[in-house]
Amino acid sequence: MTAAALALSDVSCTFASRSNPSERYTAVRDVDLHIAPGEFVSVVGPTGCGKSTLLNLAAGLLAPSTGRVEVFGEALTDLNRRAGYMFQAESLMPWRTALQNVTAGLEFRGMALAEAREQGEAWLRQVGLGGFGGRYPHQMSGGMRKRTSLAQTLALDPDIILMDEPFSALDIQTRQLMENEVLALWAEKKKAVLFITHDLDEAIAMSDRVVVMSAGPGSHPIGEFTIDLPRPRDVAEVRVLPRFVELHGAVWAVLRDEVLKAYAQQLQGAGT
Amino acid sequence: MKLRAWQIGLALAAFGLWYLLTAPGLIPPFVFENDQQAAFFFGEPLKIFGRIGSWFFSVADIYQHLAVTLIETVLAFGIGTALGLACGLWLALQPFVAAVLDPFIKALNSMPRVILAPIFAVWFGLGVASKVALGVTLVFFVVFFNVYQGVKEVSPVVLANARMLGANRRQLLRHIYLPSATSWVFSSLHTSVGLAFVGAVVGEYLGSSQGVGYLILQAEGSFDINTVMAGILVLTAFALLLDAMVSRLERRLMKWQPGEAETERL
Repeated sequence: MTAAALALSDVSCTFASRSNPSERYTAVRDVDLHIAPGEFVSVVGPTGCGKSTLLNLAAGLLAPSTGRVEVFGEALTDLNRRAGYMFQAESLMPWRTALQNVTAGLEFRGMALAEAREQGEAWLRQVGLGGFGGRYPHQMSGGMRKRTSLAQTLALDPDIILMDEPFSALDIQTRQLMENEVLALWAEKKKAVLFITHDLDEAIAMSDRVVVMSAGPGSHPIGEFTIDLPRPRDVAEVRVLPRFVELHGAVWAVLRDEVLKAYAQQLQGAGT
Repeated sequence: MKLRAWQIGLALAAFGLWYLLTAPGLIPPFVFENDQQAAFFFGEPLKIFGRIGSWFFSVADIYQHLAVTLIETVLAFGIGTALGLACGLWLALQPFVAAVLDPFIKALNSMPRVILAPIFAVWFGLGVASKVALGVTLVFFVVFFNVYQGVKEVSPVVLANARMLGANRRQLLRHIYLPSATSWVFSSLHTSVGLAFVGAVVGEYLGSSQGVGYLILQAEGSFDINTVMAGILVLTAFALLLDAMVSRLERRLMKWQPGEAETERL
């Protein structure tokens, strides 16, 4: 068996409160998550289940309190150089144009400006933004900014792509368009993808595998479902397949209890 | 355009009122005992403009003084901004040093620094250097605090994103911290260009042999209120000019900022 593109083994991550160091919060506990090269894995879970912590661990932005993170068989000690990270929040540099944002990573890696420009423009065309390269982020719509982020991440040709609810801020039409585009790009290059979302439909429609996280604190995977829907898929059309409905029911049965638990905790938290 | 017309109108009205109230013999005196006194205390616009005209055109003797004041201002502004930028960046990226120096910086900032002018005169002489030193102490802190704040408020997501894209420490400084701080610096430049001017003029006023501040001091010595007013007007005009230059530079460098609306309703 070849090494997993990304392997989290027995990973826990505990934070100490800054104002009161004895107050601790364990975001994720005993997480085992392996993603094969070229596999598209989604993680779903209720709010506050440490999904973003999981991504930051995989990106190397955060070191686990216990456990190991391995990338293609090698222990991750620093930033994950083989991963591209698409953040949930706005992550573009506002002082750079779309094109300059896309070429930023190439520039940081020392590529000649002319060559970076050429590749950047090609990527912008790929995500449907050819001709918009000169715009600054504030001159673009939310969807265009996400496309730019996508091009920025993909331009470095990472072997692992980490995505943190990348489309959650978009309207439903733009969202489905972009989901299909991401799937098309992924089908071409076959990278390992770790996709975080709170939208179960999105997770099932796009992934090879869906992992359900328990409610926090100390959340961990409690269910894993292989999505055997045929590819290529259209995220809008796939939703009406009987198999989709069946899978949705199965995942939701596991997820629902956790969502209710998380909700009850929230209410309690608000009450105290 | 309509706005500009109103502004010019307001300025003309102010000068008109000034003329009306100070010109000897024009209206009967109602505050002072005789009609020469208003002109003595407040100056007369016509004489003031005459003085400005002779400074710039007929006698043309203001240029060397103006040049000295402007050189002092520009030097103080440039050196103060550069130092503030460098120190602000450095301290913002070195939290420990910043924590150690914090009370000292606060103390230096709260000190009434204009009082340093005589000390600078002793240290650097009565020439340009002492005025520049005073201006630098005024400009430095404004820029410093703004840069410090600007670096502290860099979006953590943008920062993490740049790191994931492979930026090393130097590249982060060059491509994230610096541009992010610049927007804060520019908001402070308007204040600091004014302060550089204050430093130059106050320095000249307290002891010098050249500069517009020196001219004003001379005129005050002989109770020549018209020349004092003329000097103030010239200084004001040049302060506005410098500010306009900063605005222009700002517009060119900060075009990435969501400023005024980019489309206009017809």
